[in-house]
Amino acid sequence: MFNIERWQEIFDTINKNKLRTFLTSLSVASGILILVILLGFSSGIENGVRTQFEQDATNRISVSTRVTTKGYKGLNPGRRLQMTNKDYENLNEKYKEQIEYKTSLYRSWGGQVNYKEKQGSYRIEGVFADQQWIENATLSQGRYISQSDIEESRKVGVIGYQMKEDLFPNTNPIGKTILLNNNINFIVVGVYTDPGGSREESRLFIPITTAQKVFNAGENIDRIAYTVKMSDNFDEAVALSAAMSESIDQDLRTKFSVAPDDRVAIRVDDTLEEAQKIYGLIDTIRAVFWFIGIGTIIAGVVGVGNIMLIVVKERTKEIGIRKALGALPSEIIWMVLQESIFITAIAGFVGLFIGVGILELVGPSIEMDFIKNPTVDFTTSITTVIILVVSGALAGFIPARRAANIKPIEALRDE
Amino acid sequence: MIEITDLHKSYITGNTSLHVLKGIDFSVKEGELVSIMGSSGSGKSTLLNILGMLDEADSGTYTLDNTPIKNLNEKIAAQYRNKFLGFIFQSFNLISYKNAIDNVALPLYYQKVGRKERDEKAMHYLEKVGLADWADHLPNQLSGGQKQRVAIARALASDPKVLLADEPTGALDTKTSYEVMDLIQGINEEGRTILVVTHEPDIAEMTKRIVNLKDGRIIDDRLVNQIKAKAHV
Ligand SMILES: Nc1ncnc2c1ncn2[C@@H]1O[C@H](COP(=O)(O)OP(=O)(O)O)[C@@H](O)[C@H]1O
Ligand SMILES: [Mg+2]
Repeated sequence: MFNIERWQEIFDTINKNKLRTFLTSLSVASGILILVILLGFSSGIENGVRTQFEQDATNRISVSTRVTTKGYKGLNPGRRLQMTNKDYENLNEKYKEQIEYKTSLYRSWGGQVNYKEKQGSYRIEGVFADQQWIENATLSQGRYISQSDIEESRKVGVIGYQMKEDLFPNTNPIGKTILLNNNINFIVVGVYTDPGGSREESRLFIPITTAQKVFNAGENIDRIAYTVKMSDNFDEAVALSAAMSESIDQDLRTKFSVAPDDRVAIRVDDTLEEAQKIYGLIDTIRAVFWFIGIGTIIAGVVGVGNIMLIVVKERTKEIGIRKALGALPSEIIWMVLQESIFITAIAGFVGLFIGVGILELVGPSIEMDFIKNPTVDFTTSITTVIILVVSGALAGFIPARRAANIKPIEALRDE
Repeated sequence: MIEITDLHKSYITGNTSLHVLKGIDFSVKEGELVSIMGSSGSGKSTLLNILGMLDEADSGTYTLDNTPIKNLNEKIAAQYRNKFLGFIFQSFNLISYKNAIDNVALPLYYQKVGRKERDEKAMHYLEKVGLADWADHLPNQLSGGQKQRVAIARALASDPKVLLADEPTGALDTKTSYEVMDLIQGINEEGRTILVVTHEPDIAEMTKRIVNLKDGRIIDDRLVNQIKAKAHV
């Protein structure tokens, strides 16, 4: 394949047939261009969906109770179901093998928070230390709620980045005292950021024990959240997670005597199953885009193949001369194949670079809900290049065979 | 140099078979300059194509430079052509987008000769046919006689045992024909074996031996007193 003499021979031919080469290149270049743009947007959709979705840990199970909507075993609908610390501890014990992180939560929807003369209204959530991992929050300053904060019911809080911006625009919040609902002082120990953005970052996290005290909630909790241990096999993890959700649902229905079909009263949300669906969707989108892109390339390849066929026909006499002068059939095949691969590859690279260039220019400014920063990664580019060379070879194959079969006497017969 | 016995060749088109060569026995010694004469359709080109391994006989034997030529596949035929033979055609058959020197160098490319040596040799043969100054010209910038000279230079480039020329002067006027024949005689003087197919008696008289074909048979094979083309230029 790498034979400098042969390359020179091919450059000669290409050089002296510029228009033909240009026309051939055009179809391939546009095919690759379309493929690259499509793949870019497929990755953009993937980025967008992932960002939307991965605000919280994807292997999360979330348990909450509300009001019954159906009568069951002589009980009237409209009962309020209230989970307590006991329920949380029972579940922890029962599922300790499967649980990775765990927390219960007690929340107060509108809490007024003051720092000096600044103030704002935020969600207050009493949680365990593991909440940080379940929520996918990253600490940008200080520390998160700790185990001893919980044991000693300390009045400490971790504020979201949006709260910091609101209340401490020019000050380091760590160690500062904030006033909650005009009567309780908390010390800020940390600031977190959350992939979910400013809404998720407008919350104050405090130890659950403290929350239950200051809001006079006794042992009540609003929600329980777990993450499940992941096994290497995603499908297996999804199955385990689903089984555990189902089992927790059963436990609570038994405990609270809730009708099996009352979907409002008890909710156990299994994020992993959702994740599987969404990843499946992303895969489908990607597959569709590849399919369209490959289709475009096939059209390009057929185009190149056709042009090469015409070229071979046009060059019948020349190929006859070459054979009379001693060209081996294999040399004729290589001549056509190499020209085809070369043109396809060069044209493809041009398409690739233009496509990547457009994505680089336009990509960063695209920031819609479900499309984010469309780019083409290195692997994809390499794959495209391999596709190019292979398609060049495919496009050249039939014309090359035809060229090799040209009989010199027939080609050279004087009409 | 060339030895053929009882050579037969038929062309089958549809369901009619045309017996073109009907048992040719013929030999050529090294250094000969032979013309093959005959009217149009008598099988001259067919014979030359078989000698040139561009076509295969149906039966008979063919030996070239002590090498039996049989069971040719395309690859072997190509190698033999490249090694033993140089072709000169009536319509020149130069590659239109290659200049004179690149045309001459092409057989050397298929002999895997490096570019530099190729160009040197090609230039040498262009000088020999008197076209050194035209090396960079494309075929369509050359006259008919010049094109045929380039073709002769190309045929010589691979230093073949035998030159096969099919109506080399068929597309040229008389004066140019004689110039080309002068060149061919000169090459023969250097010892090279040459076969020329022609239907023009004056051209045949400029070779050393005339073989007459009629209806696929040799009806006459005689040595002649060669007429020097130079005298008529
Ligand atoms: N490939 C072919 N198929 C069928 N008939 C052919 C073919 N080549 C030559 N012929 C026929 O064979 C006969 C001899 O042809 P040719 O050798 O070219 O004659 P010449 O060169 O003496 O004019 C002619 O009648 C010609 O039509
Ligand atoms: Mg003829």
